[in-house]
Amino acid sequence: MALTILDPTAERDAAPERPLAQRGAARTIALVDIRKPRGDVFLDELERLLRERGHEVVREAKPTFTKPAPQDLRRDIAQRCDAVIEALAD
Amino acid sequence: MPELLALVKHDCPVCDQVLPALDAAGVRVLSQSSAADTAAQAARLGLSRVPELDEELATSQRFDPDAVPTLLLLDGDDERDRVEGIQRDRMAALAAAAGVELALGDLPERRVGCASLTHDPEVAARLAARHARAEGRIRSRELRVGELEDVFEALHDRGLTDGLPVVPPTPERVVEMLGHTNRDPQDVVAVLPPYGAEATVEKVAINAVMAGCAGPELPVVLAAVEAAGEEAFALHGLLATTHPAGPVIVVSGYPGFNTGVNVLGQGDRASMTTGRALQLTIRNVGGGRPGVEDRAAHGQAGKLGMCFAERLDDSAPWPGLAQDRGVPDDEPGVTVMALEAPRLIMDQLAREPEGLCASLAMALENVATPRLRLAFDAMLLVGPEHGRIFKDAGWSREQVQQRLHELTHSPAGELVRGAGGSPEGLDPAWVSDPAMPVAKFAAPDRILLAYAGGDAGLFSMVFGGWAAGDIGSAPVTRSITPWL
Repeated sequence: MALTILDPTAERDAAPERPLAQRGAARTIALVDIRKPRGDVFLDELERLLRERGHEVVREAKPTFTKPAPQDLRRDIAQRCDAVIEALAD
Repeated sequence: MPELLALVKHDCPVCDQVLPALDAAGVRVLSQSSAADTAAQAARLGLSRVPELDEELATSQRFDPDAVPTLLLLDGDDERDRVEGIQRDRMAALAAAAGVELALGDLPERRVGCASLTHDPEVAARLAARHARAEGRIRSRELRVGELEDVFEALHDRGLTDGLPVVPPTPERVVEMLGHTNRDPQDVVAVLPPYGAEATVEKVAINAVMAGCAGPELPVVLAAVEAAGEEAFALHGLLATTHPAGPVIVVSGYPGFNTGVNVLGQGDRASMTTGRALQLTIRNVGGGRPGVEDRAAHGQAGKLGMCFAERLDDSAPWPGLAQDRGVPDDEPGVTVMALEAPRLIMDQLAREPEGLCASLAMALENVATPRLRLAFDAMLLVGPEHGRIFKDAGWSREQVQQRLHELTHSPAGELVRGAGGSPEGLDPAWVSDPAMPVAKFAAPDRILLAYAGGDAGLFSMVFGGWAAGDIGSAPVTRSITPWL
């Protein structure tokens, strides 16, 4: 017999996808340190590689790895940068 | 002039007795039964007309009789009087008021009727669900599981389970569950990460049904969801971390939970399903899926759901954890804390609190690694045979916490990177004096003490925490009373 059940989810709509930054052209890229040990080592290397390719790099950091980045930080990055890379290090 | 309306059903001998008279007098009759059953009854009784059907039991639900036959005297839509079952003199009075001649001579003076179909448990649940939907009390989207689908497989295939079968959350079951709280189903309990979704009472109730809750646990689940959604609990990070911690619920002073033998183990429905309901709510409403948003390297079985209740009987050495953390003494409470799997602390020789604290402290030093200092909290679940030692000596919770904090200091030289061959440890730049004692925990009250378990066994259990305090997750305590 067919059965009706209630949706246990929040019934979200899928978030619209935003286009990724195009390859090639010089961009401003944010590197976010999530405050895990040695994340800075990884980001230093990424910064070097990005600058070699002509990109601008903005270094940012979360206050603590255990919590989402503050809204102001996210807004700031969105306004200033074309792309963002987080360092998930340990 | 008022009119008569009768409600009957096909499998009621009292209805059979009354129907010929109603038919002969031309009274409008509505049957609660199916079309086929109603037609068969009319044929069996030789009625001149087949009773109309009470579609979806709408009229029966409106007048909500206990028994049929019910003879109603209506003035337009308003009920002026009714008779349930057979009461010959009163039925005659109703008929007279409606200007109808009812030949009641063959009927007994009185006869109790049969239960109205609206009181059949299955039908009543269906009607209650329909009513709740019509009133906007339940608003969740309805999902249809097809006739050829196995409902348990279908729920799993839709990604709505934790890997174990769940109870299908039919509208009937959810409405029944919602009867265990006085809160409006659309009240928002918490906004849950990672996608910032509102967990309404209704959504929590749906997940509580799926988890297998019997019903009385719902206020506990609601309080736990509220606590887990507090900013200080940092659920987003707990969900996303590679660490195995999950939310553990400690219930203080709420009936119906096992607090004794095998308190952390299987077998107690309330404990098993309450923890699971919180985790299913986080998964389904918040959107935190294992391997997707949940990045635990290993996880642990307690992430299916971990809930236990404190033993607050005469043997308890201290008041409940929730009450100690601000919930009024006469209210039940929950404490939700980010914890890994518990492990045993054995000391079968201690008979006084000082020695017992020394043994407990050794286990506390080992949370995560002895080298990790000040970053994680812990919970000790003290068993009755250990608790008795503190109770007999009159040691308060604060006294035990203070002593454990003192005993969980180690010399910096033993904690520095490279000591004992282990590269993990304190940065040597911080260690100027190898003899300097370094605390394991940030403060005495960062070692939480709960009390539960079976009478026999000189054991306690330690749960290691996760990144704690302002830089991580703090335990959150809430009263259950607002959710009753």
